[in-house]
Amino acid sequence: MAELVMFGAFFVAYVFHRRTEIEVFDTAQATLDLNLGVANTLLLVTSSWAVVRAVEAARADCYAAVVRRLGIAIALALAFVAVKCVEYSAKFAAGIDMITNTFYMFYFSLTMIHLAHVLGGTVILVVTRQNAKRGAYHRADTKGLEAGACYWHLVDLLWIFLFALLYLLR
Amino acid sequence: VTKLLQSRSDRAWLLLVLATLATSCLASQRGIERYAGATALLIAYAKARMVVLDFMELRQAPFVWRAMTEAWLLIISLTLLAFVLL
Repeated sequence: MAELVMFGAFFVAYVFHRRTEIEVFDTAQATLDLNLGVANTLLLVTSSWAVVRAVEAARADCYAAVVRRLGIAIALALAFVAVKCVEYSAKFAAGIDMITNTFYMFYFSLTMIHLAHVLGGTVILVVTRQNAKRGAYHRADTKGLEAGACYWHLVDLLWIFLFALLYLLR
Repeated sequence: VTKLLQSRSDRAWLLLVLATLATSCLASQRGIERYAGATALLIAYAKARMVVLDFMELRQAPFVWRAMTEAWLLIISLTLLAFVLL
């Protein structure tokens, strides 16, 4: 809930500042690669779905499927990080950084804070997968797996708003 | 495909993918930027709600948890929409 409140305040601050500098925001936003934003959204929602399927597999005592599906979720999470690195490098190479303008101050700070959550969530998924390998999750006990899954879905949920605000809102 | 559409979470994933592609097509249209942006926010609300209800399984959670999360989604989405449209 703390993450939701914190990001909620960031989102509102973003639209508030956007209103005061709408031309700066629109011009800067046009330099973002929409396709990379779409790719990252698809990677994250699919990773979240893989985690949902892993929880379902644990409830059905399908241990191998839990490990396999968490592995897919981790691979997709790492692909998200890779796409974000490509995006950041292109911006830095073009001389764009956090102090270029208000839009990029928001873009870099919000996406970097979110990326830290993605990395944290990926570590949780890796640990969860290790536990799943030991057969820790089964029909009678999926609590640890569900807690990790819930955090990962939160990361997905926050990105859905970030994608709409940073890439789509014109 | 029929098997895929039987589960609520599978349907949610398919809708999330389709909604993402639809909003990106909408964002590429010229001349309707303001309304496309507002529509993108409405679709983001619908997508986030699907993640909350069908992925996080808050549909089956205690009322307080579901109410708090749904309230956050609604308040944030309406505030963002108000800043964009008014």
